[in-house]
Amino acid sequence: MLAVSAGDALVWAVWVIAGFACLAAGVAVVSFSNPFYSALALIGNLASLAVMYLLLNAEFVAAAQVLVYAGAVVVMFLFVIAYVGPRREPPWSGGPSWQTLGAVGAAGALLVEIVVAVGLQASGSLAHDGRVGAAFGTPAWVGRVFLVDHLLAFEITSIVLLVAAVGGVILGSHTRRATPPAPPAQPAREHDVELAR
Amino acid sequence: MLGPGVAWYVAVAACLFGIGALGVLIRRNPLIVLLSLELMLNGGNLALVALSRHWHSGAGQIFALAVMAVAASEVCVGLGLVVALNRRRLSLDVDSLSELRG
Repeated sequence: MLAVSAGDALVWAVWVIAGFACLAAGVAVVSFSNPFYSALALIGNLASLAVMYLLLNAEFVAAAQVLVYAGAVVVMFLFVIAYVGPRREPPWSGGPSWQTLGAVGAAGALLVEIVVAVGLQASGSLAHDGRVGAAFGTPAWVGRVFLVDHLLAFEITSIVLLVAAVGGVILGSHTRRATPPAPPAQPAREHDVELAR
Repeated sequence: MLGPGVAWYVAVAACLFGIGALGVLIRRNPLIVLLSLELMLNGGNLALVALSRHWHSGAGQIFALAVMAVAASEVCVGLGLVVALNRRRLSLDVDSLSELRG
């Protein structure tokens, strides 16, 4: 019994640290004025979320979180931030102040709505919870569920990724020019006018 | 289940979603708006994984993996837009990009 309670306290301690790190990193992402620091704060948020996934017996999702988000998405963000260059904006600058107040109010209302909806729907059923099998969350289990039970979702996910990759290439391609070069247009028009005379 | 119950994880997920929504609404730099969007998606992911653990079902984790793929797609297109804006010498301010012509 003592061992169980000690393990329980340890899990609680890890959860509290991860939860506070997660929320603090989220606030840091929103409040930093330099996007470079925001992207670095997002790495802390993702790492603490991976710890919480591990506490929830979701080992494969935790590994995919670290690989996909911290390894690919944040690195891509850092590349683009370095490409765009440092452009500072004053923190919490949302135009007029009523706009900022409205944004804070809307976000708070959204949070209250989520809490009320979840609390009304699942307040009683979230309390009791049992043990899961040893295979829950392992890569073999996830692979079987993903490729046998949810094969259509897997294929649709791959199509979405392909479409997004094509869209990114089209958006980033150099071939299309938005505005035709202005200086050569002017002499050509004068030349046409002289020819008309 | 050792440690906190699933309701605590869902509470953290709701707070994370709220923080991300606040960032999307309040910030003007499109890069930070995209990062805040990642926060919102991560809040949704945490709720999905927690409820998957609660119901002993794999569908939540599969959904979380699909959300990760969608987040990667969104970052791909969003960062492509930011690069295109930067190439056209437009200001990186979502308030000044309110018209749908370049």
